[in-house]
Amino acid sequence: MIEIQNLTVSYGKTLVLSDLFFTMPKGSLVSVIGTNGSGKSTLLKATLGIIKHQSGDVLIDDVSTATLAQGNIAKRIAYLAQGKSVPDMTVGQMILHGRFPHLGYPRRYSGKDRRIADDVLKRTGLAEYKDLPMSSLSGGMRQSAYIAMALVQDTDYIFLDEPTSYLDITHQIGLMQTLRSLSDSGKGIVAVTHDLPLAFSFSDKIAVLSDGRIIICDTPQSVCSSSIINDIFGVNLKYDANSKNYCYNYNT
Amino acid sequence: MLALGFILLIVSAILGIMLGSTPLTFSEIINAFSNGFDSSAGGRIFLYVRLPRTLASIVCGGALAMSGAVIQGVLANRLASPSIIGVNSGAGFAVTLCTALGIYGGWQLSLSAFTGAFTVVILVSLGARKWGASRGTVILIGVAVNSLLGAVSDTIVTFFPEVGVMSNDFRVGEFSGVTYEKLVPSSILILIATVLLLTLTNELDVLTLGEDSAKGLGMNTPLMQTIFLLLSALLAGCAVSLAGLLSFVGLMIPHAVRRISGSKSSHLIPLCGLFGGSFVCLCDTVARTFFAPYEIPVGIIMSFLGAPFFVFILIQVKGGHSRD
Repeated sequence: MIEIQNLTVSYGKTLVLSDLFFTMPKGSLVSVIGTNGSGKSTLLKATLGIIKHQSGDVLIDDVSTATLAQGNIAKRIAYLAQGKSVPDMTVGQMILHGRFPHLGYPRRYSGKDRRIADDVLKRTGLAEYKDLPMSSLSGGMRQSAYIAMALVQDTDYIFLDEPTSYLDITHQIGLMQTLRSLSDSGKGIVAVTHDLPLAFSFSDKIAVLSDGRIIICDTPQSVCSSSIINDIFGVNLKYDANSKNYCYNYNT
Repeated sequence: MLALGFILLIVSAILGIMLGSTPLTFSEIINAFSNGFDSSAGGRIFLYVRLPRTLASIVCGGALAMSGAVIQGVLANRLASPSIIGVNSGAGFAVTLCTALGIYGGWQLSLSAFTGAFTVVILVSLGARKWGASRGTVILIGVAVNSLLGAVSDTIVTFFPEVGVMSNDFRVGEFSGVTYEKLVPSSILILIATVLLLTLTNELDVLTLGEDSAKGLGMNTPLMQTIFLLLSALLAGCAVSLAGLLSFVGLMIPHAVRRISGSKSSHLIPLCGLFGGSFVCLCDTVARTFFAPYEIPVGIIMSFLGAPFFVFILIQVKGGHSRD
């Protein structure tokens, strides 16, 4: 379990996260939602140590990140950044870099690293794309390749910052199903997203970030039945019992 | 590809040693080895002219090409190269200053050139980061830096006319003034930088995934970027201290190698070294032989090839027709 205690982060004089408490358990899919600029990405980056926090502590399985080097955090949490560049390399080469946190000296990938990468390529159905350049893939396939890289990293937790951006609805649903199955297999998945229906339909918990704090972190049903979504986003969600999905409920 | 690169390098080196205004034959070179280098004119030409010059062209070409590949990777800008963003000018300014102070070779000259190159590359990279500069803006920053440092170097030459180092030949780059006193320290530093670079090729690849992704993979990105810029400055600075302001090799060779063998750094860096060395050595041989008995600076040949190439790359990048 990842526990965030009293986390405070600011950019200069702008306070972004303030005395934030949050827990992210293994084996569950938690979606973090909030308005633009509410600090969702900052929350992920501060937890990973990519952004330094002013106060508070982050514990990964009871170990404070203050005592961990960046490389050791990367052995515990994989991170799919929001603004990923399209690297000028093949799918196979990029996925192998998921083993980067595990590199020792000499700084070369071992046979074991390559076996792990090949195994993930097969499991994710990307084996036939191994030698293709990343730039030749569609947005959905690229996102699958990034997730494969996170799996190669072999961590207990995976953080994803707006993973469904730029994907069509078919790929969005496919991606959320992948995240669902990963959490069912025991990984702790935390996804920052703006897509409320998808987040509510697939997640175990919804964390709502507002004014630098998590104001609620509960099951989709509980969050949906509260007035928080309407208070923050100005829309309502409704649950469709037939399809077992959530959708927006608003008047045009 | 590595084997091809080695073969090309060996052929280039043989041509570089044998061809010139006074051609050398194999038998002359072998006789020089058996009878002593000072026993014949051919032996002296081999030892004191062709060998240092050929080695210098190989070392400089390889160093500048590897430096270009690293700078392009770290700045995520395929238009960047040591000469275009002002790194060579930084080294050139340092060399001019050293010469004005009476330092004409040795470790001091090489290390000063490295310091000048490193200062410029750090300033350009910090500026690009702070202002969120686009690829084009980085190039314009380079133009300004080149201009400014050229003016400062000219000022030094004005006050110290005996310097003479910022002569036309130094500005365009050439190898006629190479001595072992300059060659040995620069080559040792370039060798050290190359070995370090070859151990860090996975780090260079991970950097190209983007800063956040690299940090997410556990990399200390500011530290690694600084190390790479330091190594690229060491390569470019030492090359400039040997040959002057050679242009475009750091742009052309990495692009050509990427097209042939891809962008994987563990292939890109050594191939840039091999092909960059071969390319400059061949250009220098052409510069010495095509217009014999006259000799034109190798930098002129490279500018003739490099300037259209740069425009080609610029059009590709601006036109969005290239992943570069």
